[in-house]
Amino acid sequence: MTPRRRRMMLVALIVLGVGCAVAFALSAFQNNLTYFYSPSDVAAGKAPTDRAFRVGGMVTKGSFQRPPNSLEAHFVLTDYAHDVKVSYTGVLPDLFREGQGIIARGRLNSEGEFVAEEVLAKHDENYMPPQVADSLKKQYEHEHPSANQTPSSGS
Amino acid sequence: MIAELGHFALILAFCLTLPQAFFGLAGAALRRPHWMAVTPRAVAGQFVFTALAFGCLAYSFLQNDFSVLYVAENSNSALPTFYRFAAVWGAHEGSLLLWMLVLSTWTLAVAAFGGSMPQAMLSRVLGVLGLISAGFALFILTTSSPFARLWPAAADGRDLNPVLQDPALAIHPPMLYTGYVGFSVPFAFAVAAMLEGKLDSMWARWVRPWTTVAWMFLTVGIALGSWWAYYELGWGGWWFWDPVENASFMPWLMGTALLHSLAVTEKRGLFKSWTLLLAIGSFSLSLLGTFLVRSGVIESVHAFASDPSRGLFILIFLAVCVGGALGLYAWRAPLFKSNAGFAVISRESFLLFNNVLLVTATAAVLLGTLYPMFLDALKLGKISVGAPWFTAFFLIPMLPMMFLLAPGMHAEWKRASFGRTKSLLGMLFAISVVLAIAVPTIAYGWHSVLTIVGFLVAFWVAGSALIEPIERIRKKHSLSASVLGMCVAHFGLAIFIIGATTVQSYKKETDLSLGIGQSTEVAGYTFTMNKLENVTGPNYDAVQSEVAITRDGKPITVLHPQKRTYRVQTSPMTEAGIDAGWGRDLFVAMGEQIGPSTWSLRLQYKPMVRFIWLGAVVVALGGLIAVCDRRYRQRVPVREAAGSDAQAKVA
Repeated sequence: MTPRRRRMMLVALIVLGVGCAVAFALSAFQNNLTYFYSPSDVAAGKAPTDRAFRVGGMVTKGSFQRPPNSLEAHFVLTDYAHDVKVSYTGVLPDLFREGQGIIARGRLNSEGEFVAEEVLAKHDENYMPPQVADSLKKQYEHEHPSANQTPSSGS
Repeated sequence: MIAELGHFALILAFCLTLPQAFFGLAGAALRRPHWMAVTPRAVAGQFVFTALAFGCLAYSFLQNDFSVLYVAENSNSALPTFYRFAAVWGAHEGSLLLWMLVLSTWTLAVAAFGGSMPQAMLSRVLGVLGLISAGFALFILTTSSPFARLWPAAADGRDLNPVLQDPALAIHPPMLYTGYVGFSVPFAFAVAAMLEGKLDSMWARWVRPWTTVAWMFLTVGIALGSWWAYYELGWGGWWFWDPVENASFMPWLMGTALLHSLAVTEKRGLFKSWTLLLAIGSFSLSLLGTFLVRSGVIESVHAFASDPSRGLFILIFLAVCVGGALGLYAWRAPLFKSNAGFAVISRESFLLFNNVLLVTATAAVLLGTLYPMFLDALKLGKISVGAPWFTAFFLIPMLPMMFLLAPGMHAEWKRASFGRTKSLLGMLFAISVVLAIAVPTIAYGWHSVLTIVGFLVAFWVAGSALIEPIERIRKKHSLSASVLGMCVAHFGLAIFIIGATTVQSYKKETDLSLGIGQSTEVAGYTFTMNKLENVTGPNYDAVQSEVAITRDGKPITVLHPQKRTYRVQTSPMTEAGIDAGWGRDLFVAMGEQIGPSTWSLRLQYKPMVRFIWLGAVVVALGGLIAVCDRRYRQRVPVREAAGSDAQAKVA
């Protein structure tokens, strides 16, 4: 082989390798994406039952329950139109509290309760995850089609 | 008064970036030495006024001047003095001013140490840096001035975000920025070379130390961030593939590719246009990182105040920088042909693979980071990409690279025969396989094949990094700082891999509830909660628990994790109790009170987690050693290395 042909071979190999990597990456992408749904989506049955997803909303005031000395927590997430019951076992983030916007990642069980594997809250009292703010805003506009003012997105 | 002085100084600094850019670029283009001579002076002036502006802001913080809005928002009279200074870069406006100060410091350093370069080249580099400074100064002045007044003045400030009140995080941003911004220097060199139409081995020799220093700081900065996240966020993880982490990691990956590509350009005069692309890419990714973090497109502790006009400004700035540089590249790249050849098995090929794999890894991280944002922007749904995806697609290009690294270090240029090292490497590989199976299995038990592979590459890389220094010392040959630095950096990488593999394979994590007097066992250690008490800090109150740890009845340590409530921002903060050791860390974080004297606790056993950060520090040390190489200090340009005769002529 001439050096030129060798180099061409090398380049071809590299292109092939990169191509394979990209194809791999894109196909595996689909399996690792976690979609976000609002409580209304969940209530409408849009959320999958067979795979994990994220749900975000405000923790309803007065909904938080925990059996004494247990790590099991139950609370309700709302977008002020529909509610989702959530259960979580473990240490909740520092800023988890009622009235706070949070995001939970997990799955729906057969009773329609969302079993969270992870709960995220942010280090800011007025913080609302943009995804939550967005879905709350949509909900508000849906109910008040003529309203010009929307709730603050609170970022 | 001081704040106005600072604002005025910043305006003057901006005004000085303009002559710096103009005389630097126009002077070199029109070959006017007295124009070019103005440039270093403008640089010095720009530095002085930027430093003055920064000093004024720092002074306002130290004096608790709550009539300055930025100070009132990010400081408090009860905040300890050290954090009051660190609060200068605790939020958006001040961190941009820090960015600007770092940039002008880099520029000043280039002007000061660039004496061995031709005047035209130096002027062009300073000119390009002037343009970047001008953009940033304009950005601060128009959208995010830290000097805005608050009238009437606040009685006291809103305090620094509690998660930022930590020594590691106080020095993390300056380190990270020094790295980030440092990539503007190779970028400026790349643009200058394209303007000049000439890129030779000398050029690569000028750029290499700057790139290495920037990369070194970035390495330390990322490691500090990881260490901080480990002990301060209360989760006990060391890397989360969070968009903000990715934003700093992408320039690092591409910067690493650039370092290796520059080696080929210097030694062999090859990969010229590729080196240019990488230099442009590294800085573009730094700017992209700034955009991601500062514009608020990602949700994170870092995305402080998000203001769309700021995001838009950085996006336009990014487009101008990247677009301009790539446009120039498209026009000028044909000038940088190299006609030296190399065999399929040669140092050049190994470094080519290194580059391709590093860029592939960068692309994977970029895809995972940006894809959710694109979908969101296009209203196609809200998604997030999980950490397992990142881990998998980072390891796919990185594992082959680690296997190739060892022979690559010993391959000769042009055509590799490996000579005597062939049998040595073979032996080393065999030993590595045996050790990789034996060591983790005996020490911790069987985990998975990936664990064995992790140990294998670590031993393989570490061993081959030692071959060269040992051989040279045995034969009493001298070892150049470059080679030693390379060996040290690769050895550091091996240390990192050992730490990361061990902790990911053998960590133990449990969340549980523990009352006073109760105990539990994790990984052979018995954790007993002795008491709970209230403690008071300078600006917070806390509940502190005392957790005694014993093993086989012998006391190991007593930890005091806290749950703090900062008085001003009233947000709770977890202060983990950590017993650090080379062999393992024991980690206790308090969750919340779930009974009269019962708390939920997070207990973790992290074997060899310290090796992760030790590895990063050793990698950075390797960079430091390499920079000290004598050839970078030679003032008189030496005869250029073979292969540089392929240099292009001015069109």
